[in-house]
Amino acid sequence: MNSILLHAPALIIALPLLAAFITPILGRFNRKTISWLATCVLGLTLLLTIFVARQVLTHGPIVYVFGATETGLTLPFGYTMPIRIIFQIDAMGIFMGLITSLVAFLAAIYSISYMEQHTGLDKYYTLLLLLATSMFGMELTGDIFNFFVFFEIASISSVALIAFRSTISGEPAEAGLKYMVVSSISALMVLFAIGLFYGQYDALNMATIASVMQFTQLDKIALILLVTVLAMKAGSVPMHMWTPDAYSEAPAAITMILVAASQASLYALFRIVFSIYNVTLNTVTVGWILIILGVLSMFIGVTMAIIQKDIKRLMAYHSISQTGYMLLGVGVGLAVLTNPVALESFGIKAMEGGIFHIINNALYKGLLFLTAGAIFLRTDTRDLNKMGGLAHNMTYTTIFYIIGAAAIAGIPPFNGFASKLIIYESVYRFNPLLAIIAMLVSVLTLASFVKVFHSAFLGPRLEQYKSVQEVPKSMIIAMAVLSCLIVFFGLFPNLIVKYIVHPAVMALINQAHYTATILGGI
Amino acid sequence: MIGNFPFIAVIILIGLGVYSLLFKKNLIKIAIGLTLIESGVNLFLIALGFRKGAVAPIYTQAPEGVKMVLPTPQALCLTSIVIGVATTALILSIVMVIYQKYGTINTDEIRRLRG
Repeated sequence: MNSILLHAPALIIALPLLAAFITPILGRFNRKTISWLATCVLGLTLLLTIFVARQVLTHGPIVYVFGATETGLTLPFGYTMPIRIIFQIDAMGIFMGLITSLVAFLAAIYSISYMEQHTGLDKYYTLLLLLATSMFGMELTGDIFNFFVFFEIASISSVALIAFRSTISGEPAEAGLKYMVVSSISALMVLFAIGLFYGQYDALNMATIASVMQFTQLDKIALILLVTVLAMKAGSVPMHMWTPDAYSEAPAAITMILVAASQASLYALFRIVFSIYNVTLNTVTVGWILIILGVLSMFIGVTMAIIQKDIKRLMAYHSISQTGYMLLGVGVGLAVLTNPVALESFGIKAMEGGIFHIINNALYKGLLFLTAGAIFLRTDTRDLNKMGGLAHNMTYTTIFYIIGAAAIAGIPPFNGFASKLIIYESVYRFNPLLAIIAMLVSVLTLASFVKVFHSAFLGPRLEQYKSVQEVPKSMIIAMAVLSCLIVFFGLFPNLIVKYIVHPAVMALINQAHYTATILGGI
Repeated sequence: MIGNFPFIAVIILIGLGVYSLLFKKNLIKIAIGLTLIESGVNLFLIALGFRKGAVAPIYTQAPEGVKMVLPTPQALCLTSIVIGVATTALILSIVMVIYQKYGTINTDEIRRLRG
């Protein structure tokens, strides 16, 4: 048993990957079992991730070298530079891994009932498992080329999933094409930046590149390319045009994973800025670039959301706006990175807020998209003007929606309040204007979700929705788990920040520790 | 100077690709633009590993004392080509679906998602 658990980092990738290619074979014999297979495998992956997370948080970063005689042997035969593909799992990586595995598991549970009526389920689950695999890969890997490969797998599988319903109408294919073009360019520019790194430093391992980083002219070009394309994939303004289309056209469970997938790109952005460049770059300038991207995303996202009539499109604009909070928090941390006093007094706090917001956003945004999916399943429309009075028949969905909406608007005691409060407090000490904008955005968020609540759930029972029923059990279970986590995170934010978020932030800031895990010399 | 020709070709290829992405209305031409960028990036990787007068990096076949080209960029490039095939196939199949549903592949007319 112990020898298997030694390979847990590899198994997190290998299990969903294997299951992805078993599902089409199994689907030929028995259609019903594939959804259960996918759910079980993702559940097992969740357990493995929790196991690895416990190890990382108690014993420090884990290194897994593929193909080595020992899993922790990074420098065999006295080499000074790692040559194998290495998974380097620190607190930040496994933090994202936890989000991914939780979201993927719940999406699989939700899909059992939600996708029941659809054909081609074997392909659906293959792509879902591949998407989960690639996100794990992006988050756990320590090799930048390996990151590129997983990045491409993520884009290919998510495009196919966005366009999954295109047999019915053309819009999903249109959204899929937009996302495909965006992600192909992003991936190619990432590869170009990898070429620039390799040409200068002869290394593909991120820790090795970080240890010899000179910040030459070429590195600046690579930084610009990477920051631009990863911010684009994370759905930040002004490169956000794909987000509303892709999020609103994908099936609800997939939208939830797509939110986590764009956060994986955000994670890669933070990883590259903090772990590869760190203090070699002009932290104030790059920090302010992130802050400005964040503030623009927050404001433009929320103002575009208010005028939407399509429920999922509205929520998609809100996820642009929520990405802004993360960029703002982490950007403030980056801007004061070279100033130890400011970093200690509010920089780390701001980053904790930004990173904590990632997991909170994955939870409540996921919940909101799932409730939108539940409404779509029962009413067959996403148009807010055609809905009304659904609270009479869909009690549970209404309760879950209220929890999600309160959390995103930052109302205590839900988790959105916890992370937003940390961001307000710390950003106020950096620059009061930014904190005021963030609060204003929060108010506008509440306004637009009250609008959705009013037009979808309140009002008299409508004639055409008389016979609408509550959604099936598996969908309720997925939404209930998310709601419980939201309330738990909202009630005990200090616990989460202390044990999960703070180590993640320290793993990002402390570059020397990141390189030392691979190259030795702690 | 002559050694920099591959890099100039890289810039021209990527530039042409970006041009066709930005200014072409036909979806097939956009797909071609992406392939051009991909070829540019692949050429960049290969050009990085090039050494003048060197042989292929096969240890058992190489004559004594002759330099070899760097194999890693070639491995990277090969991976990138394989991924590129998948990407191109997916884009073209989505373009096919769009043509079936909309009856056109002009980007000006494929605008049902907006706002």
